[in-house]
Amino acid sequence: MHAVTTSGLTKRFRGGQLAVDGIDLAVPGGSVYGFLGPNGSGKTTTIRMLLGLAFPTSGSAELLGVPVPDGVTRVLDRVGALVEGPAFYSFLTGEANLARFDAADRTVDPATARARIGEALDRVGLVPAAGKKYRQYSLGMKQRLAIAASLLRPRELIILDEPTNGLDPQGTREVRALIRQIAADGTTVFVSSHLLAEVEQICTHVGVMRTGRLVFQGSLSDLRRTGAARIRVQTSDVETAVKVLADLGLVDPQAGDGEASAMLAGRSASTEPERICAELVQAGVGVREFGVVAPSLEDLFVNLTGEGFEISG
Amino acid sequence: MAAPAREPQAVLSWLRFFRSELRITFYRKRNLALLAVAAVFPLLLGIVLKISAPTGGGPNDTTNAAFFSQLAGNGIFLSFIALSTMLTLVMPMLVGVVAGDSVAGEAGNGTLRYLLAVPAGRTRLLAVKYAMIVVFGLAVTLVVSAMSLAVGAVFFPIGPVTLLSGDTVSLADGLLRLALITVYVAAAMAQLGALGLAISTLTEHAIGAIAAVLVLVVASEVAASVPQLGSVAPYLPTYWWVGFDALLRSPLDTTMLAKGLLSFGVYAVLAFLCAWARVTSSDVTS
Repeated sequence: MHAVTTSGLTKRFRGGQLAVDGIDLAVPGGSVYGFLGPNGSGKTTTIRMLLGLAFPTSGSAELLGVPVPDGVTRVLDRVGALVEGPAFYSFLTGEANLARFDAADRTVDPATARARIGEALDRVGLVPAAGKKYRQYSLGMKQRLAIAASLLRPRELIILDEPTNGLDPQGTREVRALIRQIAADGTTVFVSSHLLAEVEQICTHVGVMRTGRLVFQGSLSDLRRTGAARIRVQTSDVETAVKVLADLGLVDPQAGDGEASAMLAGRSASTEPERICAELVQAGVGVREFGVVAPSLEDLFVNLTGEGFEISG
Repeated sequence: MAAPAREPQAVLSWLRFFRSELRITFYRKRNLALLAVAAVFPLLLGIVLKISAPTGGGPNDTTNAAFFSQLAGNGIFLSFIALSTMLTLVMPMLVGVVAGDSVAGEAGNGTLRYLLAVPAGRTRLLAVKYAMIVVFGLAVTLVVSAMSLAVGAVFFPIGPVTLLSGDTVSLADGLLRLALITVYVAAAMAQLGALGLAISTLTEHAIGAIAAVLVLVVASEVAASVPQLGSVAPYLPTYWWVGFDALLRSPLDTTMLAKGLLSFGVYAVLAFLCAWARVTSSDVTS
């Protein structure tokens, strides 16, 4: 069962700009789905449509099997969200803020409110600051309060937009552990993030957006398979090493500073890493370090979404 | 959950949401300051009128003149003076701030998207906001009435009330009429509140919505005083606000009252419908 599915979901703004162009999201239940894409690629607009905040121009979306935006009031109580940063009432304390949002919930049991609020604050480490006014919170504390709000009751799906924004390293680690914990409980986590190193650590699936289109969707291992691994040799005799690699038929041999590398395409007998290493040594190349390097998520991401510095939208 | 069990639960959860809204409204220092203004104004008015002791010929129409001339003899008239004076701009401002801030403030603050994601429900949220505005309008009116009555009782003698129609009624009757006037004025503020709510749904800037409400009030009052627009005047939103003097006649001028309440009702319903249409069909971009 998919937690989120969309079919041809499109959003065209009044000025004509196409923010989301017919995307077909499929977020497997229980996964940690990383929603990636450069600034302006339509990620936030998509999330707003999933939460029923924006109405799609065409196409459809379903959250936990319920069509949105028509059925938002039926399904959103099972969904926690953090969208475009925290927002609370500056004149209320952290705890009062959570109580306010809990009071707006129509299906939750009021008798358990205090306990649930306390537990949510405890999970994000905000109990010491629960009685302070929100306007006195640091950015990290505001972010934690927003995460606490998404955990006020058991959720089946949690949508987090840049959850570690503004957090110190301890906080970042805690959030990562929290996401893993939430996912282990069976909740689907939909994370939108720019921190690829983090995505690599916690996500099981990814979806990559570029100028409104979904250019990749699948498991993280599938994404890694799209990029070819490279053989990397650290040696003082770079030219001979490059020559050996080229002679072996490896594609794109590169000479670097004290190292030679080439793309490891296909696994035939002549391109097995052990065989390559043997060939290098036989050719008299002093091999200081030899390895197979998988492409980084950053490289894969940039390959999918373009090298340019200007925003796409 | 069985269908019959859902009904009381829906009502109870709406009340819980409403109670939370009231709590944060009356907890907020800014709103308490507005109520303080509502309390201080009649006090200042009482002091000024005690010192300058007008004998008649008030600044506005003949009704006001009648109030002023009665004041020295009966402090209850301070209530009527305070209400009619403050209804021009002060009370609309106080209610306008809360009404203009209701949805626009949430949007500007960013909390609107989180309320809708709870999910609070768009219609449900609007209903809670309007109920809060009505209660606040009632609170402002009560503060003005009560404070001006208290100040009037302190500075001037209190006793049987001579009505505008010439009759004299007992103090108890006079107080009852004051209570009814308070309800009537609160209804006028509820009408203004609905207009403010509708304007509030059009923007993310609370200050713009508040200003627009005040402009609307001033424009309506100015237009109502232009003789050439005489035929249109009764259809303007502010025209019937000071119509509460119908309650100070014996017998009660029920036609006037009915027209006033009708104006309030129609405007409130239309404004709420506009707000509802806007909120349920537009993207939340904040």
